[in-house]
Amino acid sequence: MNDTAQRRIRVLLAKPGLDGHDQGAKVVARAMMDAGFEVIYTGLRQTPEQVSRIALDEDVDVIALSSMAGSHLPFCRKLKPLLEANGLGDKLWMIGGNLPAQDHDALRSLGFTGIFPTGSKFDAIVAYIRENVRENVA
Amino acid sequence: MNDRAQPTLKRVTNESGLEVQPLYTAADVAASSGDAMIGLPGEYPFTRGIHREMYRKQPWTMRQYAGFGNPADTNQRFKYLIANGQTGLNVAFDLPTQIGLDSDDPLAQGEIGRVGMSVDTLRDFEVAFDGIDLDKITVSMTINGAAAIAIAMYLAMAEKRGYDVKQLRGTAQNDILKEFIGRGTWIFPVEPSIKLVGDTIEYCAEHAPKYSPVSVCGYHIRESGATPAEEMAYAFCIARAYADEVIARGLHVDEFAGRLSYNFNIFGNLFEQVCKFRAGRSLWAKIMKEEYKAEKPGSMWLRMIAAGGGGGLTFEQPELNIVRGAYYALISALSGTQTMALCSYDEAYTIPTEYSARISLRTMQILIAEMGLTETVDPLGGSYYVETMTNQMREKMEEIIAETDAQGGIVKLVSEGAIQAKVSAQAYKMQRDIESGAFPKVGVNCYRNDQEDEHKVDFHPYDEDDARVQIESLNRVRAERDADRVARTLAGVGEAARAGANVMPAIVEAVKAYASIGEITQELVKVFGRYQEPIRF
Repeated sequence: MNDTAQRRIRVLLAKPGLDGHDQGAKVVARAMMDAGFEVIYTGLRQTPEQVSRIALDEDVDVIALSSMAGSHLPFCRKLKPLLEANGLGDKLWMIGGNLPAQDHDALRSLGFTGIFPTGSKFDAIVAYIRENVRENVA
Repeated sequence: MNDRAQPTLKRVTNESGLEVQPLYTAADVAASSGDAMIGLPGEYPFTRGIHREMYRKQPWTMRQYAGFGNPADTNQRFKYLIANGQTGLNVAFDLPTQIGLDSDDPLAQGEIGRVGMSVDTLRDFEVAFDGIDLDKITVSMTINGAAAIAIAMYLAMAEKRGYDVKQLRGTAQNDILKEFIGRGTWIFPVEPSIKLVGDTIEYCAEHAPKYSPVSVCGYHIRESGATPAEEMAYAFCIARAYADEVIARGLHVDEFAGRLSYNFNIFGNLFEQVCKFRAGRSLWAKIMKEEYKAEKPGSMWLRMIAAGGGGGLTFEQPELNIVRGAYYALISALSGTQTMALCSYDEAYTIPTEYSARISLRTMQILIAEMGLTETVDPLGGSYYVETMTNQMREKMEEIIAETDAQGGIVKLVSEGAIQAKVSAQAYKMQRDIESGAFPKVGVNCYRNDQEDEHKVDFHPYDEDDARVQIESLNRVRAERDADRVARTLAGVGEAARAGANVMPAIVEAVKAYASIGEITQELVKVFGRYQEPIRF
């Protein structure tokens, strides 16, 4: 596909903070690649500044975080203004992992509209991206 | 293979890739490697147990993983668990502590005290273990990247309280190679990380000979996607890497091997796990005796904690995890473990509450009090199935070890990210199989509730104020300590590292001067550098 208006969906999959549990992130990365997306996986221990910079540099359509160790809210609070400052407010922001239901409203209000707690299915994650990503990618 | 198998029966293969027959007889035992490796408990090759009388003499140690918030919060939970009959402690540290960051480090913000207790200086160890008799309760510390510092703090704390460090028992996880495969609390590059593990083994062999400085973990490799046979085989490869590091310094295997211990997982097929443990016990004994020429039986013992089971627990219908936990505890008891611990039913959600942690503890106590699991040694020994599968699992592990060696060895494969890529691919396949229903999981892909109840789990409250309290406490220690002594001992750590000497004596001195975990780590980073993760999956 050389038509830039129809390029593949590009996803940044990041491991925020100090959490080292990356099995989930890695299997989701594989599922996304099998779905035909381009996946940029950051590896562990990304700061909000790093996530925001990589998202900009890599010109991604989706910014997805995998958080298992409970620091999702403080991290997303820091990340939101940085993404906005980089002009990435119109990208699809998602988060998966160990995310208690009581935190979902707060995550949504921070702009992380795609919330996929432990137990979410690959198909649901992929379908959500396809349905919600900006329309100039496929 | 087995002509008794009916052609109409579906073929069954366990996770390790071994076919399971509908019936086993003495002929199957003979057709595997026979009964040569069965032996007696307490005797080489220790298939049936490392001690002759096993639980008749003393039941397994019960050691629930615990720790959160400030050291004072954790001290309370420790005392609660001990009051309820727990016989050992396993300390959970927060992530900043585990990767050598002080609580006032910008990278630590939002993570202080969240998944474990926060530690900055020796003062925190003094508070965490206050009022706990370290002769009666053995302490295990789940820390790896910063393990050398945590061991130094533990020994210094015990010495300060008047214990004879030469007699002190306890365990540090301190298995850095598996952190590169899964769990991820590495700090330094691979080579100096292995050197640091060697430093702790060498130091403890001389100064704290009853302390177990390393607990080699198949556990997390299994959680990352390894099969049960790979879990044990990779753990042995890792243990050999540490042993080689120490032997290269001139120590004899019998000077340290008796203090190596192991940590394995207990979820999955019951018989496959029990055979994994029996097979692993004899294989490790064989490796130590034949490859390393160990002479002391203690050097050949696979001393272990068979525990957790987190990878088998489910987010769906979490109360079913209480039932799974009971079966996992049964696996652990049948495995002949030295120590047992269970993930609590709410652990897929949160740090266990006192209530759920107590259920885990009571689960193990029921096995001892009511189920007869301590009455006879290796009760599954002699089962045609178990003996055949034990032989086959041992052969499978030997194949995996030979393959790993042929590819350049575990250190090379971990450095390149090859093991990470392999287990991650398997984890993906397993997750696909769970989603398709090919691998049955109750409550997840079968026997789902029509309407999922609102999950009845109480979330462990995270107190944002803990961070402030911890940083204040660190600042107080910094203000009170002898700044010259801190500077001098920290310089000593850097000098030892640069000289390629064992850094442990210098770390112990720095810790005693109340140098912080972040300050000591910084000194080491200046010399060793930081690990750069290969991105492979």
